[in-house]
Amino acid sequence: MLEKALTGSKKYWAWICLLLAVIAVGFYAYLNQFNNGLGVTGMSRDVSWGLYIAQFTFLVGVAASAVMLVLPYYLHDFKKFGKMVILGEFLAIPAVIMCMLFIVVDLGQPMRIMNVILYPSPRSVMFYDMCVLIGYLCINLVVGWTTLGAERKGTPPPAWVKPIIYLSIPWAVSIHTVTAFLYAGLPGHHLWLSAIMAARFLASAFAAGPAILILLCLIVRQVSKFNPDPEGGAIQSLVKIVRYAMIANVFFFVLELFTAFYSNIPEYSASLRYIFFGLDGHSNLVPFMWTAVFLAFAGILLLVFPQTRKNGKILPFALLAIIIANWIDKGMILIVAGFVPNSFERVVEYTPTLNEILVTLGVYGIGLLLITVLYKVAISVREEKDS
Amino acid sequence: MSINRRQFLRRAGMLTALGFGGAVAFTGFRKKEVAEAAEYSLKQKAVLATRWAMVVDMSKFKTEDDFNRVTEACHRLHNVPDFKNTKDEIKWIWKDDYHHSFAGGHNQYLDEHIVHSPFMVLCNHCENPPCVKACPTQATFKRRDGIVAMDFHRCIGCRFCMAACPFGARSFNFKDPRPFINEVSPEYPTRTAGVVEKCNFCYERLAKGEQPACVEKSNGGLIFGDLDNPNSEVRKIVSTKFTIRRKPELGTQPCVYYLVGGDDHA
Repeated sequence: MLEKALTGSKKYWAWICLLLAVIAVGFYAYLNQFNNGLGVTGMSRDVSWGLYIAQFTFLVGVAASAVMLVLPYYLHDFKKFGKMVILGEFLAIPAVIMCMLFIVVDLGQPMRIMNVILYPSPRSVMFYDMCVLIGYLCINLVVGWTTLGAERKGTPPPAWVKPIIYLSIPWAVSIHTVTAFLYAGLPGHHLWLSAIMAARFLASAFAAGPAILILLCLIVRQVSKFNPDPEGGAIQSLVKIVRYAMIANVFFFVLELFTAFYSNIPEYSASLRYIFFGLDGHSNLVPFMWTAVFLAFAGILLLVFPQTRKNGKILPFALLAIIIANWIDKGMILIVAGFVPNSFERVVEYTPTLNEILVTLGVYGIGLLLITVLYKVAISVREEKDS
Repeated sequence: MSINRRQFLRRAGMLTALGFGGAVAFTGFRKKEVAEAAEYSLKQKAVLATRWAMVVDMSKFKTEDDFNRVTEACHRLHNVPDFKNTKDEIKWIWKDDYHHSFAGGHNQYLDEHIVHSPFMVLCNHCENPPCVKACPTQATFKRRDGIVAMDFHRCIGCRFCMAACPFGARSFNFKDPRPFINEVSPEYPTRTAGVVEKCNFCYERLAKGEQPACVEKSNGGLIFGDLDNPNSEVRKIVSTKFTIRRKPELGTQPCVYYLVGGDDHA
């Protein structure tokens, strides 16, 4: 089926070339990092994880969000999602691959990555994260490819794929839970050391992920003859999922704020004071945090009222607000602020370097290229069948 | 003369097999030698323990030089580079003030002099090391004598151990450290860029029957010994004097104890 990605309009090829250019720039920046070490990034002894690990965290959520289509469609027989499920699975695959790439670009010795498999360490959460991510990638590749292949031939998907589809549901939850455990089990970082971390991760994932998916569906509608929501209502159902997940996400975050500030234990609130008000005169993240707060509430409000939620012009902006709020929260603040203040209660701030940003854009470029190719295949199969 | 495809493949295969065999034979011999050599030194000179620990007697650290002497001895011996900036900084043992070393919980009326009094900090060689648990390749591991050690050749540089360590004891080689070493010490290997490192309680010196470099240079300020041995000096101090540890509430059981306000000890 991949051959379908090799034919396309001029616009399609222009888009592909643009992505390849972005990837090339990112790759060049990565070569610089590879040769000169992670010193070319803004990371330091005090903030030892930065933009890369934050993107990894955000994208695990995007990958997991496919379950918000798979679960209603396969478990509750919610037929309206029928045309969209494949788009969810084909979003999960590039998202997981981007996660893996962000881990690789973050390594000081990437050539030794196989050591994780050569010396498996079952006490390390990182080991389990590797297992669940590889598993999730395989599941989505198999499920996505076989269901689309069957559809192309006009046959129902083979029976053996059903159990794998059901397996993908708890597996999706597991990838984000394990990712939360990477942080939530570490002593000494009070921003992370919280039982609600995994729940918060899932809530934000089920808000941001489907929001991205809806935007992709709207784009698919614009650029192709394939309509992922032919009966109408599928997108609005997904919008409701986004809304409730985002409300849960904000609620969980407020729980964190209550515990930290009402208990009045200084260590518990130090990182939160840093992101909301600044600490010891350092306030790099403050404007971003308040932007996220504003966007989160604006997004929720726009999705609550039917007039705005069903307005085709407003909906994309509401979703964008939700996505950006979640990205700031997870893709920027959570990881970095976990290191502030440091183990010596000193504030050392982190600012990503240009090289680091270019590498990040390069990885996103690879992800977008994969999404484009996979979506092109799915769309072509559908268009072929419809005509 | 020409050979056909089949002959070529057969000969190539035979040569390859021979090559592998040779390699196994060679490394086999080498491994045996190394094992024998290690055992020899262990029997002859090494100082052994089941729970190495350190007591920092703060009364012995009075001048700037008392601190610098110790740090310099360690950093020179272990080829710790000097990047001259805090971002890439690598440190194994260094001084920080009371207020930051023992973060949290001190009273607000504490005299400025005490708040800013310097303390010697290093890896705590915890009994329950979170860094060892976090490491996905077992590049950081706990030895039978309690020392939390590192294999620089296995470390993939994921820095999970740095996030896991609540004491900020670990440093990462953000750059190639070799150009920043003033004088290379032949006693300990230099590192490559992209790996984590930290204090190792000088296991390479213990194996030769020597005390850690910092202890040797501390004029009695650092006392090193086996906590499991009831007759050791460290055990006597820890049992009978008032000592404090960094962040004991986290349950990692740090093995570096600070003796404060007492100059005569067991």
